[in-house]
Amino acid sequence: MIRFIAVRLLGAIVVVWLVSVVTFLIFQIVPTLSHTSPVYYYIGKIPFPPDSIQMKALTHRFGFDLPLYAQYWHFLSGILFGQTITDGVSTPIQCSAPCFGYSFRQHQLVGTMMATAAPVTISMCIGAAILWLIGGVAVGTFSALKPGSLVDRVGMTGSLAAVSLPIFFTGPLLLLIFEYTLGVLPDVSYLPITQDPAQWLRSMILPWVSLAFLFGALYARLTRSNMIETMGEDYIRTARAKGLSRPTVIVRHGLRAAITPIVTIFGIDLGTLVGSTVITETVFNLRGLGYLSIQAIQQSDLPVILGVTIIAAVVLVIANFIVDILYAFIDPRVTVY
Amino acid sequence: MTTPLLAPAFRADGSKRPFLEVKDLRVHFPTADGLVKSVDGLSFELERGEILGIVGESGSGKSVTSLAILGLHKGSNAMVTGEIWLDGREIVAATEEEVRDLRGSEMGMIFQDPLSSLHPFYSVGTQISEAYLVHTKVSKKDAKAEAIRMLEKVGIPNAPNRYNDYPHQFSGGMRQRAMIAMALICQPQLLIADEPTTALDVTVQAQILELIKELHDELNSAVILITHDLGVVAETCDKVLVMYGGQCVEKGLVDDLFYAPEMPYTWGLLRSMPRMDRDRQTRLTPIPGSPPSLINVPSGCVFNTRCPFTDRVDGDKCRTVHPDLQQGATPGHEVRCHIPTAQRQEIWLTEISPNL
Repeated sequence: MIRFIAVRLLGAIVVVWLVSVVTFLIFQIVPTLSHTSPVYYYIGKIPFPPDSIQMKALTHRFGFDLPLYAQYWHFLSGILFGQTITDGVSTPIQCSAPCFGYSFRQHQLVGTMMATAAPVTISMCIGAAILWLIGGVAVGTFSALKPGSLVDRVGMTGSLAAVSLPIFFTGPLLLLIFEYTLGVLPDVSYLPITQDPAQWLRSMILPWVSLAFLFGALYARLTRSNMIETMGEDYIRTARAKGLSRPTVIVRHGLRAAITPIVTIFGIDLGTLVGSTVITETVFNLRGLGYLSIQAIQQSDLPVILGVTIIAAVVLVIANFIVDILYAFIDPRVTVY
Repeated sequence: MTTPLLAPAFRADGSKRPFLEVKDLRVHFPTADGLVKSVDGLSFELERGEILGIVGESGSGKSVTSLAILGLHKGSNAMVTGEIWLDGREIVAATEEEVRDLRGSEMGMIFQDPLSSLHPFYSVGTQISEAYLVHTKVSKKDAKAEAIRMLEKVGIPNAPNRYNDYPHQFSGGMRQRAMIAMALICQPQLLIADEPTTALDVTVQAQILELIKELHDELNSAVILITHDLGVVAETCDKVLVMYGGQCVEKGLVDDLFYAPEMPYTWGLLRSMPRMDRDRQTRLTPIPGSPPSLINVPSGCVFNTRCPFTDRVDGDKCRTVHPDLQQGATPGHEVRCHIPTAQRQEIWLTEISPNL
């Protein structure tokens, strides 16, 4: 088991490292291709004429005249060991590991910006995930028990509708109903759960519901097809022949087997979602990682884009890692070595 | 036990009901292509301590019959009619919940493919003690002890350790032993074994059959052994029922069926079976054609499309008149055939038996 975890962990680290290399390279190549200095993407402006002494000094200050591997090492060692950031004029800023650099646009450490934004996104994703997993699996299971019945038809038509509607439709619709028409969920800004759980919950309900609506639909369809297949298996017949009650047969024997592949998809979905909440955050005006990245892209704020990309990749890799480990426990046939 | 199920163990005419009585059982499945008549008017009786073999080709309705006895068609789209009396209780009309109470406790079942019949995600031991816990009010610890005892009884070596193994860690023979342990842990009075040895190699087959026989002797239970292996029937069973196209075409004691069979289909089965005492050069004689469609069951005798003896019957009776199950040469031996009994015996003695 330990060996299995170690091997998977090593693989995860390699993937994260590769992602860091690729993102770093992309953001080095872009300035070269667009014939601007990387300095522009770093501080957001070209303060001096190109080829001037001052510009050369700045390029040197940020290390853009170093070979690519040295620049990468500077970037990586910053994340691993921290670094001191200086523009040569102001007081140097001590940035401890993991240091993703400094946003000269926002005059803030990227790490600090992400630390403020991440809880918003994570609250949103985890809450939505719990909701869609429970809702989707429940709808799928009930649909599967009597295929073709009214419950099944309503469930499947509903989920087809849900999966076809994008967040920028369901989101404003929910806002229109619950915030503007009924007024039951007045516009509240996000507060961390540690500060005010009630307001945190109120600000999160609508994003959760609209995300769960979208994702839950897929889970309902998946659960239904898996469940129909499982309920036709020989071991379900055995369970019935033993005299087990219907709920036991359905949940302990049927759902237990049908849910296994769903766990895999759940891990990947959750991991992907953390890095792709832009639309939801924009619709509900939440300042999460998605909002942070879209703002950084608009402002060509390279350090922030780099930071968010790497964090999103790390979350996805961790989610997959957990699923791998979990799978060994859920499915005893998975060989652990 | 709920009282409505406790019907008298006597028939309306005052005669005592046998332990298991199946009367005019019909199991039909409506499909898009038409009504599939998997079992059509099957009747038989079985007492405690007896082993009944049900033989027939694939799709002759053997497994569907056994599932009907366990009431496992309830909740599906199958239409089940007729009567099944088990120890004075009627099963066809009973509710799912009433039959559920009998499953495992009164009647146990061993399935054909033990790998797909065991849940892949639970340990073998857990699945066995689960069967015990449904019907017995004991602690999980006691159930585990009982399951280990059962595993030892069916010959699993090192049972306390193997208890935690998963089905995929067991060999084919051990899995079937575990299935038997699961089916017998509540000591059911009726055991249905649906092709219990089909997925196993020959040496293991013999062990499993021996095990079923041993446990049968110990519990004095009634056993239904479903198989298409006539050798297994000859060795194990007291009575035999031959099924063809969802109907019983011949039934009787093992000796009747093997030494004086009267139905052309049974003759065909015997002729297609290899024998140790036969000249090795002799070719087996298969039954020509294929089993009938259960949607468009042939009119007249179900076997008429493949029967080589239809010319022995006057006129077109085989194709037009459905023969009844009638007593053959000896009491208890019943045959569904238009050829008169005396003529059938003659055909067997002169044409079939010498060529076996």
